[in-house]
Amino acid sequence: MAFWREPLDTQEIQISKGTVHIIQDRCKGCGYCIEFCPKDILAFSDSFNKKGYHPPLAARPDDCVNCHYCEIICPEFAIYSTEDPDIAATETT
Amino acid sequence: MTKNPQKPLKPAAHPLDDLIRTERIPHIWCPGCGIGTVFSSTLKAIKGTGIPYDRFTMVSGIGCSARGAGYVKLDSFHTTHGRAIPFASGIKMANPDLNVIVFSGDGDLFAIGGNHFIHAARRNMDLTVVCVNNLTYGMTGGQVAATTPNRAKTTTTPFGNPDAPFNLPLMASASGASYVARWTILHTRDLTDSINEAMAKKGFSFIEVLSPCPINYGRRNKEKPLDTLKLYQERTIIKNGADPARADIDFDRGVILGKFVDIDRQTCDSMYNSVCRPCSDD
Ligand code: SF4
Ligand code: SF4
Ligand code: SF4
Repeated sequence: MAFWREPLDTQEIQISKGTVHIIQDRCKGCGYCIEFCPKDILAFSDSFNKKGYHPPLAARPDDCVNCHYCEIICPEFAIYSTEDPDIAATETT
Repeated sequence: MTKNPQKPLKPAAHPLDDLIRTERIPHIWCPGCGIGTVFSSTLKAIKGTGIPYDRFTMVSGIGCSARGAGYVKLDSFHTTHGRAIPFASGIKMANPDLNVIVFSGDGDLFAIGGNHFIHAARRNMDLTVVCVNNLTYGMTGGQVAATTPNRAKTTTTPFGNPDAPFNLPLMASASGASYVARWTILHTRDLTDSINEAMAKKGFSFIEVLSPCPINYGRRNKEKPLDTLKLYQERTIIKNGADPARADIDFDRGVILGKFVDIDRQTCDSMYNSVCRPCSDD
């Protein structure tokens, strides 16, 4: 249920696009990034890392908006996002 | 020999890798512990100032949070229990140009080192104090702390804590701090901005960060790490400029977050110079 109206300039807003990177062996599987990613990009993977935890994987990588939220909430320095170069190039023109 | 085609040849670099001692990572903090997030926010704030890294020092006391000093790739001091603030005050007095950050826990800063805290705030020492408040003594096994909420279960209060906890923002502002704020590890962006602002602030800045200790606090109070974060999401309200007297931690009633105090007052250093070194230029 949405309580807000759609902003008038939705059409003009360029949504940033990013790639999420996961450093598997640092992860301790707390799930914070998975739970709080605003775009629901991440999910637990079935594989184990070196320490025996299930690190996240990008289940829907194309939807990442490079918000860096997973990057700051991760207590383990195990995940970060970078801006996609193509989009960045078109944005500046 | 594992051959994983998806594995990058060079290990990927986290944007904060230049500020952490990567050879010591993974750190000792338990899965789901919030200290790592507070630490990461602090580093991000340091990075955000644009000030060269050799102008910073991090000082910690003893406890889980205090391990931070050992993971940061800055000049850092892991000091004796409760004495992070006196060490930091000494560093600041000897070298007023340094940005001195105290990164420690609630037990270290408010029980063992409680007196140092109030007096550094009274004298308005130009420090930035980041206090990870996990409501318990994590490292020693989860005993009742000065910040444990009333009725919370700990190893030493199996029937629930009979006492009232400290209200840290109230204590900081009553003692004379120039900047007082409280956030949780879920509010990482506000937290990072707040630490950044506090570092630029002249005078004693204090930021309390609520952070889960799932192993030694959560477990005894039937809170999984994600439950604690849900509590931070649902039972907190951001009210900048709120009266710190109303900032006690009671999740049933709701917990106030935000910036409570942001005032300008002469710092210890400038008062010392005007009284004791009236003839010097600086
Ligand atoms: S950068 Fe934002 S959108 Fe992308 S995975 Fe991380 S939290 Fe999700
Ligand atoms: S927040 Fe970090 S440690 Fe937790 S599951 Fe995600 S990548 Fe792993
Ligand atoms: S004992 Fe608690 S505070 Fe200490 S590292 Fe573990 S979860 Fe964190």
